[in-house]
Amino acid sequence: MSRLGSLMLALGSALVYGLLYAPIAVMVLFSFNAPRGRFNLLWQGFTLENWRHPLRDAALTQAFLTSLALALAAALLAVLLGGLMALALARARVRGRRGIELLLALPLTNPEIVLAAALLNLFVGLNLPRGPLTLLLSHSLFCLSYAALTLKARLAGFDPTLELAAQDLGAPPLEAFRRVTLPLLAPGLFAAVLLCFSLSFDDYVISSFTAGETVTLPLYLAGAFQREISPQIQVLSTLVLLVSAALLLLACRPQEDPSR
Amino acid sequence: MRRARRQPWRRWWPWALLAPGLLWLIGLYGLPLLALVPLSLSEPVSRFGLETVFTFHWSNYREVLQSHGPILLRSFGYALLATGIGLVLAYPLALAIRFRGGRWQPLLIGLVVLPSLSSYLVRAISWTSLLGDSGPVLALVHRLGLSGLLTTLGVLQDGRLLNTPASVILGLTTNLLPFLLLPLVVALQRIDKRLLEAAADLHAGPLRCFTQVVWPLSRPGLVAGLLLSLIPAAGDVVNPQFLGGPNQRMIANTIENLLLVQLQAPRAAALTLVLMALISLAVVLQLRGRGLEELPLP
Repeated sequence: MSRLGSLMLALGSALVYGLLYAPIAVMVLFSFNAPRGRFNLLWQGFTLENWRHPLRDAALTQAFLTSLALALAAALLAVLLGGLMALALARARVRGRRGIELLLALPLTNPEIVLAAALLNLFVGLNLPRGPLTLLLSHSLFCLSYAALTLKARLAGFDPTLELAAQDLGAPPLEAFRRVTLPLLAPGLFAAVLLCFSLSFDDYVISSFTAGETVTLPLYLAGAFQREISPQIQVLSTLVLLVSAALLLLACRPQEDPSR
Repeated sequence: MRRARRQPWRRWWPWALLAPGLLWLIGLYGLPLLALVPLSLSEPVSRFGLETVFTFHWSNYREVLQSHGPILLRSFGYALLATGIGLVLAYPLALAIRFRGGRWQPLLIGLVVLPSLSSYLVRAISWTSLLGDSGPVLALVHRLGLSGLLTTLGVLQDGRLLNTPASVILGLTTNLLPFLLLPLVVALQRIDKRLLEAAADLHAGPLRCFTQVVWPLSRPGLVAGLLLSLIPAAGDVVNPQFLGGPNQRMIANTIENLLLVQLQAPRAAALTLVLMALISLAVVLQLRGRGLEELPLP
């Protein structure tokens, strides 16, 4: 490619990374800000004070812990239900397979607001008080499709003869599953839990319809726009970013160019 | 003997594994979604109550289209604009990652995904302080003498960058960039480099290589990326609510308002179904008979 083309490609790429990282840079920077007033939106001066008391904002900390617990429970539930579905779809001949796969893919083609409206009407209709239980049900539902579809793709990539070989060597099906399939599937299960965790941890729309009095982190942040944006918001978000960056770097180590 | 004993187990074990997940999907998704249809044709029993009665009240649809039609148009307008801008931004980066990234490709892709792992509400807070009336971007615009030009373009309204269509579209665009980029990169990675060598051997210049080989082969990635970004963008709540003003509300904000504030569940259901129908139409038009599973989803 010509030198001009290469230059334009480099400039275009820099622009995209710039747009993606501008709000992240502001978030990290403002965790070191000493704001005047309730809204940490204007740069006033550098301080380490916010980092010395990352949990000072008690309501924020409580929302953060609620979201951690909810995301963990929803992710584990979704991966359990989705993993069982993936196993059946990948290893057995099921009548109505296409219908089931469609039912799994359909929630992904709806905007969140559609799911939120449907779930709200369901819970109101059932007279189910909105709170932690309805949050767990809704979060595990929208995570289920992601978990089942990614795990199904994983299982389809395996060599099924490995399980058959184990069975030929006298292992009963469950034993073969436990000793052969499960260890092979473990990285996929871990990835699915991480994906579902981050989806649930970040969810705002569905939570705002199904949470009742429970306050998750995104709900707290939405309220903060009117109430108070304390610098601890940026401190906690920077910590979350550091953890996700570490996990991502582990997953994205440079490798041989796969396209060659 | 052994075969006969194993046969029933063989037949029902897949269904035993499928049952809990299907219960979730049907009970929490399928049936509640279907229940929106009769709800959208109901009337409230009293003016200030949640109770409704099914009366084939078709005029719900006429009323929501009359009063919220412009907002519906605006939502799809914003979503399409954001997707278009995102595509112009994402395509060169996808090319750069695929053809210049080498062994660093996974890391470069990871760097695109990383920002979306921090909450989009926190990113909205950051945009608020960047674009705000005393923020650095507006100061830079004035310093560079660009305010006249940007006002003409409609980016700057009443001297403000925040609470304008431009700020909402900026927020939408940055949110959907990873969804556009990932399928594009996957599609480009599937292109065999020998095809490009063959084209070069046949004296095709870089431009013809691109228009005749790379672009057509990247089309499935484009379709997947468009769908993955258009769906969340058209139904977005956060960007119009926090980066826009009252004149930039989108359809999801209206549905939320009807359901949670005005307590008009039937009209909210009608509007939700209209939104769903329009998006399903877009999906069907984009796929044109191809299955979802053929798309290079990451």
